[in-house]
Amino acid sequence: MAAAAHADVHANEHDHAHEHHELSFIRKYIFSEDHKVIAKQYLISGIIWALIGGFLSLVFRLQLGFPGIDLGWLKPILGERWFDEAGKLDPNYYIALVTMHGTIMVFFVLTAGLSGTFSNFLIPLQVGARDMASGFINMLSYWFFFLSSVIMFASLFVHDGPAGGGWVVYPPLSALPDAAPGSGTGMTMWLVSMAIFIVSSLLGSVNYVTTVINLRTRGMTFDKMPLTIWAFTFTAILGILSFPVLFSAALLLIFDRSFGTSFYLSDIYINGQALPNQGGSPILFQHLFWFLGHPEVYIVILPALGMTSEIIATNSRKPIFGYRAMIFSMLGIMFLAFIVWAHHMFMTGMNPFLGSVFMLLTLIIAVPSAVKAFNYITTMWRGNIVFTPAMLFSIGLVSFFVSGGVTGIILGNSALDIQLHDTYFVVAHFHLVMGSAAFFGMVAGVYHWFPKMFGRMMNATLGYIHFWITFAGVYVVFFPQHYLGIAGFPRRYYSYTGFDFTNKYQDLAELSTIAAIVVFAANIIFLFNFFYSMFWGKKATANPWRSNTLEWTTPVNPGHGNWEGEIPAVYRWPYDYSKPGAAEDFIPQNIPFSATPESNLEDENEQIKEEKEIEGIKFNYNIPD
Amino acid sequence: MASANNSTTAEHLMWKGGIQPMKVGYGKLMMWIFLLSDTFTFSALLVSYGLVRFSFPTFEGLRKNFEFSNAWWPIPERVFEAVPFLHGISAPLVFVGIMTFILIMSSVTMVLAVEAGHRRDKADVEKYMLWTILGGIAFLSSQAWEWGHFIHGTEEGLTLANGTKVFGANLVQNQYGPPAFADFFFFITGFHGTHVLSGVVLNVLVFYNASNGIYEKRGHYEMVEKVGLYWHFVDLVWVFVFTFFYLV
Repeated sequence: MAAAAHADVHANEHDHAHEHHELSFIRKYIFSEDHKVIAKQYLISGIIWALIGGFLSLVFRLQLGFPGIDLGWLKPILGERWFDEAGKLDPNYYIALVTMHGTIMVFFVLTAGLSGTFSNFLIPLQVGARDMASGFINMLSYWFFFLSSVIMFASLFVHDGPAGGGWVVYPPLSALPDAAPGSGTGMTMWLVSMAIFIVSSLLGSVNYVTTVINLRTRGMTFDKMPLTIWAFTFTAILGILSFPVLFSAALLLIFDRSFGTSFYLSDIYINGQALPNQGGSPILFQHLFWFLGHPEVYIVILPALGMTSEIIATNSRKPIFGYRAMIFSMLGIMFLAFIVWAHHMFMTGMNPFLGSVFMLLTLIIAVPSAVKAFNYITTMWRGNIVFTPAMLFSIGLVSFFVSGGVTGIILGNSALDIQLHDTYFVVAHFHLVMGSAAFFGMVAGVYHWFPKMFGRMMNATLGYIHFWITFAGVYVVFFPQHYLGIAGFPRRYYSYTGFDFTNKYQDLAELSTIAAIVVFAANIIFLFNFFYSMFWGKKATANPWRSNTLEWTTPVNPGHGNWEGEIPAVYRWPYDYSKPGAAEDFIPQNIPFSATPESNLEDENEQIKEEKEIEGIKFNYNIPD
Repeated sequence: MASANNSTTAEHLMWKGGIQPMKVGYGKLMMWIFLLSDTFTFSALLVSYGLVRFSFPTFEGLRKNFEFSNAWWPIPERVFEAVPFLHGISAPLVFVGIMTFILIMSSVTMVLAVEAGHRRDKADVEKYMLWTILGGIAFLSSQAWEWGHFIHGTEEGLTLANGTKVFGANLVQNQYGPPAFADFFFFITGFHGTHVLSGVVLNVLVFYNASNGIYEKRGHYEMVEKVGLYWHFVDLVWVFVFTFFYLV
């Protein structure tokens, strides 16, 4: 096993006899079935989407911070028709920008870009598999995502503008093409794109779960899996069970829009004319939407939390505190995610008693979340912390998760929600707890696994600059928004200056905007670092972070099939850091207990006699796939 | 399958990694997981149906006095009482009963095909797959007739409050009751029918591969089993659709 650790680059040598020939460029880099290439495809797509989504947010932040500002210079990019002669942004286009920012960030960056990248990259490498269960389905998953991306991107430029009305696309606004410009072609394309996106997500998730069940290496029992894998598995299960409900909801909405049905429509007048639609319920859509929408926020945050567990343990040089507690709290979060959706709907006129049931369930989520937060802190407590950029971003994640989570407890109260619903308080809450936290998890993952992805190191100094500006910047962007929200300023409004009572908060809005521009600029540094290091970064060693998990036992640039020769067997959990008695401060998972008598605990000495048995397990090739 | 059990790995090691713990390949696992997911798709639709259906009043009077109206939800056995070639005869739920019977029988023949696959009996697999395909096509054709009749409506039609007459049902109007009834009927039975159609296409592919000896060469008929899982699922969903639209 140790031989594999400092083996050199043999990208094309592996033990699959039938694949010794060189694959063509197209099969190797474009229509690839290799999980590592697919992961990089997701990563690059995610980065491009993050740039677009971030850029859109800057456009509407400029309008919010400096109402009526001359944005005419954007005409060549966004189109003439969205700006008047003075360069003022069109209000209808403003809401479309908000909608597309939300959609892009939630689905295309933090779902596909995050899960797609790291589930694909890490699941086979960390459970000890040569690839995903089905490389072909994995490839399909990416290309469905690509197709949905193309449609969503094209919708930005259609004549009546992209979808408007918020990323939640509530009917009747979204169901009636005549209701607003953002309900026209753009909305149709939004729905089609999302339906394809759901297919992609489903294909990916099905693959992740089957890989974890069937393709763990010898000795990789479920209680020896890294927390990343647990997180990815729970994320995939969430996606498998909640996305189909959005699929149904979207199909019904498509019928309402295009075929005259009344699933969500009743008693509506447009321009004084009564519509024939009777009998449907717009609240029904909200229920269906949030049955996905709420699990979706955990689809976004769980992978980030999983990677953070791994990065914090590695860089604190200490075992993760409460390994099982981490798994059970993720399980608890996953379960609760399905039964709290109506806390997004306290203001729909629901029965207050039902509201209090959903409130109770919602507040219970604070328990597993707090368990996780305290476990991170206790893992770092008295550890030999190595402040790599990945570690800093992970700590940043914990910070956002805590400060955004605390406001979640406030919002979860149905009584307080009467005041805070649909205000900037909500915006601040979810941008911290789910947006920025998940984004930091993703960035931390890139810094940490970059050496495994590209065989080179990212520049640490640029990483520190990137971290401190972004970390401080995010707080400056979103902290003032809590005050705006408490003051009652509604989200999705075109301008703060519309009412007298909000005029005095204009300076806070300005501060938010300026900080947002700074954060965006800091991420350009990250982009430079990313692409520069890919080609000219310092060459990486096989295990630069002195980490325990299996991916670091592969060659620096793992080829197709990941390991040369046999896949290593696993004997211990992935968190044997700074074990008393051990020579090094880490013992990788593939080192048997029989090789470390000096540091074994009593029950680990017991496990030595099982080692031969575990090594002897043979994959059953007689079981047909 | 018989050949799947000749593993050398002891039972207590099955969950220790390095082997398929549930003794099934990834394909069948994926099919099960997909079906779980699809369950949620249909549940969402059926729950939506339930919600809208119970927001409408039911007919208050005696059953024999029932009349169609947009103001209340119809009694299904008064809507679906036609049978092909028996014009004018009231046979409540007879035709849909026949359809359901056909679909369930096609599930039985699918079981037989899977069982023949375990025996690696090529001729029997072909025979039973063919029956299953036939059952699927018969169901789809019946549904097409049922839809046709529903769309066409009765000769009397329904007179609305403003005096206009409505014949038959479509996505916008409905002679049998509130338009929402027709909307959901078309959408959910249509969505189910799409599932049946893709099932038939998959069955045809499997039948084609089986008769060309592809599975014989491969050494197992796992594909029959995977498609079989899907087919049974589609049947099971029909049982719920049938219950919600025709019985309740």
